[in-house]
This record gives sequence, structure tokens and C-alpha cells, in this order.
Amino acid sequence: MAATTLHPPASRALRAKRRRSALRTLGFLSPWLIGFAVFFAYPLVSTVYFSFMEYDGFAPPVWVGLKNWSYVFNDYAFFWPALRNTLWLVAVMVSLRVLFGIGIGLLITKIKTGAGVYRTLFYLPYLAPPVAATMSFVFLLNPGTGPVNTVLESVGLPAPGWFTDPAWSKPSLTVLALWGIGDLMVIFMAALLDVPKEQYEAAELDGARAWQRFRYVTFPNISPIVLFAVITGVIATMQYYTEPLVAAKVASGVIGGSGQQFEPGYPDKTTLTVPQTIYNLGFQRFDTGAACVVALVLFALAMAFTAILMRRRSGFMSAED
Amino acid sequence: MTTMTPTPARAAYRPAAPGRGGTAARRSARRRAALEWIAVHALAIAAALFFLLPFVFVFLTAVMSDDQALTRDLWPHTWEWGNFATVWNTPGFLTWWRNTLLYAGLGTVLAVASSIPVAYALAKFRFRGRNLAMMLVIAMMMLPPQVVVVPMYLFWAKQLDLAGTLWPLIIPFAFGNAFTIFLLRQFLLTIPKEYTEAARIDGCGEFRTMVRIVLPMAKPAIAAVALFHFFYCWNDYFGPQIYASENPAAWTLSYGLESFKGAHQTDWNLTMAATVMIMAPVIVVFFFAQKAFIEGVTLTGVKG
Repeated sequence: MAATTLHPPASRALRAKRRRSALRTLGFLSPWLIGFAVFFAYPLVSTVYFSFMEYDGFAPPVWVGLKNWSYVFNDYAFFWPALRNTLWLVAVMVSLRVLFGIGIGLLITKIKTGAGVYRTLFYLPYLAPPVAATMSFVFLLNPGTGPVNTVLESVGLPAPGWFTDPAWSKPSLTVLALWGIGDLMVIFMAALLDVPKEQYEAAELDGARAWQRFRYVTFPNISPIVLFAVITGVIATMQYYTEPLVAAKVASGVIGGSGQQFEPGYPDKTTLTVPQTIYNLGFQRFDTGAACVVALVLFALAMAFTAILMRRRSGFMSAED
Repeated sequence: MTTMTPTPARAAYRPAAPGRGGTAARRSARRRAALEWIAVHALAIAAALFFLLPFVFVFLTAVMSDDQALTRDLWPHTWEWGNFATVWNTPGFLTWWRNTLLYAGLGTVLAVASSIPVAYALAKFRFRGRNLAMMLVIAMMMLPPQVVVVPMYLFWAKQLDLAGTLWPLIIPFAFGNAFTIFLLRQFLLTIPKEYTEAARIDGCGEFRTMVRIVLPMAKPAIAAVALFHFFYCWNDYFGPQIYASENPAAWTLSYGLESFKGAHQTDWNLTMAATVMIMAPVIVVFFFAQKAFIEGVTLTGVKG
């Protein structure tokens, strides 16, 4: 206050300038501010609201307390299998993808001749649209006429049922996910090329063998990228939807446009994931309340991992200027 | 515990051993290098087969005759190029193409245009709540789309009566896309502030600074995010399933492909031909824009 009365013109000018710059910032941010309110904040609040309501999309919503929550956790037959499958995929698919990504990245950095061609080849599958890639794999791995089993049998190896066998359906999806390793390959390749050469030379002078060089030089240097890959992989797996759904539909032979009801998770609920149960509840059973309960569970899981990412990787957020 | 046998490099560093020790070490180093070369290339070829063979088998099946597609043959007896024409002439196929181009094209233009000023403000302005805003952008980026889909569907279907069209998927892109904002901001941070300050001193307004000075420098990043976004829309299955499934006239390629399989239960050859035709444009675009694309992927993980 004292300052205001002592230097009125300066502070008035300053305040006007501040206001102008605040308005300017708002102007630049305005598209996103609207987007945030309408497509993030509003539906989230609405999801919480509907999780306590009974609503079939037509009759007005009715308050039912915790009934939807209890239904999802106790009576909805798909919830726990879906959660188990999602956690299986988080544990197995994400870790295998990260290991494979590091391996392919290392391989690419070691190739002296034709590296560009190999890099393009390894990257291509990542571009295949998921529906097309999934259909291709269901065909390639189909136990009847699929080329993979044809080859396996011709050399006397066991030929599993892949997408039609409950024990093999998630491993099959994992193979599909490893095929599309291109994104991680590029990220790890860049990280590996950034490891200072002197450190390798020093390690070599100290007599470090290949594994020791990896363990004590490569890994510490790329570990932030490994963490980044793990967490973004976990979050991507939480929303894993298209591949398991299309695989189940095509492998079970039950597809055909809209209308036709399809019991998800073929074979034997083993490809059911949490996002699929939201679709099943909300758009096949018209149980808005229960769908919103599952959505909130998924939201909590995704945000927990996002929080870890933001805490452990301060650089991810940093605004140096 | 590993026993440390001296590696060639170390052996070479020892004071010259009496006799022919030095050359033996060098010879063993050369042999090791040759072995490593063979091992690396053997692995690389194995990996290349893993990545390439699925494409090859899909393509070979796509050109098989109907009868042969039902057998276990791997190589087509006759090359039925007409399969592609059959797919092309499937009722609806052209509509799916048009819809996909509309969704991906318009969606990308809107998303990039609306995200640029937001990314610019987050990278270049200092204001209270900037970190909070950035955290919220990341939260939006990480949010599984299925979390908010139920209320969003009710919003588009009941309030605006737009179910059965692709507009519920396109319109939101006019209000910034979190992933695009995030990537662009990461890139804009790398542009030295001297450029913007110089423009400011010359009396250039913020918007003009952005358009005239910064955006030309950010062209590669803009190209990369535009490609990402285009491919995201092209590949999207969940969105069209939610909003367009009830109206075949609004289907996209990714969604229509599935119904194509439904209509041709046993015709793997036609389904694979359709699959090839949906993969091909993406791969062609990639070959033309490979550099921008790979730089963009790197931007997601390494920068920042």
C-alpha cells in the first residue's frame, strides 16, 4: 500500500503492464483452457457423479449410493479378470518391451554396415495401424492355416493355439507388442548414442568385459530413459484396448459391424482388459454408473503412475529459460 | 565372481611382452572384432526376419486365390492382383477412406493450430501457475480416453445430437491436444530466448514474434507432431467405435476393416488385401517423412 501511494504513476503503469501480460497469457492459453474444462474437468466430475447414480441413458438418473461400486467389485464377473489381465500385461508386456527395446537399440548402434536399412526395417511395424497389425497376427498365428504354425510343424516344433488358447492369448498379444518396438528402439538408440565414449574407453582400459561395460557404463547413463519407457509403457498398457478386442473378435469368429453382441475376452476372458469393461458396461449393458466406477479405478491407476513419472523425472517438467 | 581375463585392449597396453606377444594380442583382437561383426549381423538378420516376415506373409496371402487362401500354402500359385480391386470396390470402402481422411486431416490441422499458441505460452511466458498448467497438460496426456468416454458420449449424443458422426472426435481437437502441446513445448524450450527478446526489443508483438520468428524455426517439430497426430487419427479404433459405429456412413478405415473381416469370414486373402491397403499409405508417408518422424519420437523421450 505504502509503495502505491509513494509512486503512483510507476505502479499504475506496472499494474497495467501486468494486466496486459496476464490477458496475453490467457489469450494464448485459451484454446487449451476451454479444452481442459470441457473435455477433462467436466467429464471427470461427471464420472464421479454418475458413479453414484443409476442411469441407463434414458430414464432420469437416480441416486443409489455405493450400489454401483459394490456391484463392480462383488458381482460384475468381468472386473477382476480384466484387472488381473491388465496387471499381467503391465508386468510382462511392459518389461519385455523395454528389454527388447534396449536390445534392439544396442544392436542397431553396433551395426556398422547397412544400419540405415536395418533401422527402417525394425521401425516399420510400429507404423502398422493396430487393427491391421492385429488382424495380420491373428491370421499369421491361426492354428488352422496360419503360416507360423505351418512352419513350426514342418520343422517338428509344437504348434500352439495362439489367440485361440487361453494360456497363449496374452503371450500372443505380447509378441504383437514386441513386433511394434519401433518407438522404444528410436528412444533407446538416441540414449545409447549419447553415452560418453570416454567412459567406454576408460572401462575397457580397466578390463571391463561386455556385460560389465553394460552394467556399469551403459545402464547408469540410460536409466532415466528406461524409467521413462517403463512408466509411459505402463500408462499405455492401462489403456490397452484395440489389440485385445480385435484379436478376440477375429480369433473367435464373432465379428460383423455394429449390432452383433460380442462376449468380450475370448478365449475364456483372457484378453479382457480394464478399458474393455468400461465399454462393456457403458455401451453394451447401458449401465452408466458401473462403467463410471471402473473408469475411476482406471483413472486412479493412471494418475498414480503419472505422479511417479513427474516426481522421478524432474527434467520431464523442467522449464529452463 | 567373474575371473578377469585381460581383454585385448588391456593386453596391448602392457609393456611389450617378450617375443611375439604383441602381435598375438593384436591377432586375437582382430579375431574378436570379426566374431563380433558376425554375431551382430547374425542377430540383425534374425531381427530383420522377425520384423519383416509378417509383412511378407500378409502380402503373399493378399494375392492368393480364394481357394488357395484356405490351404496351408505359403507361396501363391497364381497372383490375384484383382483382390485389391475387389476390396476397393467393396461398398463403403471409399466412404471409409473419405471419412478417415476427413478425421485425420481436419483433426490434425485443428490440433496443431490450436496447440501452437498454448505450447508457445508454456515455453516462453513466465506466469503464475505455469507449472500447474504443465502438470495438467501431462495429466491430460496420460489420461486413458476410456476414463471420460461415458460422460463425453452422453454430452455429444444427448446434448448435441452428434452421435453417428465423426464430429465428436474432430471438434475437441480445436481446443488443443495435450500430446501435441507437450511435444511442441519441449521443442520450443530449445529455441534460445535471444531470438524472442530481440524481436520484443524491436517492438514486435508476442503473436507476431511467435508467427514470424519462432514458428519458422520450429518447422521440423511441427511437421513431426502433425505426422504423429495424423497417424493417431488414422489408427484410431476406439473413437470411431464409440461415436460412429451406429452409422456405417461415418465409419473409418480402421473401424470398417473389422466389419470387412466379418463379411468375409473365411476369405483371408481379401482381408489381408484390405489390411495391406490400410498399411500402405502410412508406410508411404513414412518413407517421405522419415527424418521428421524419427526426430519426433526422440523428442518424446530424450528432450526435456
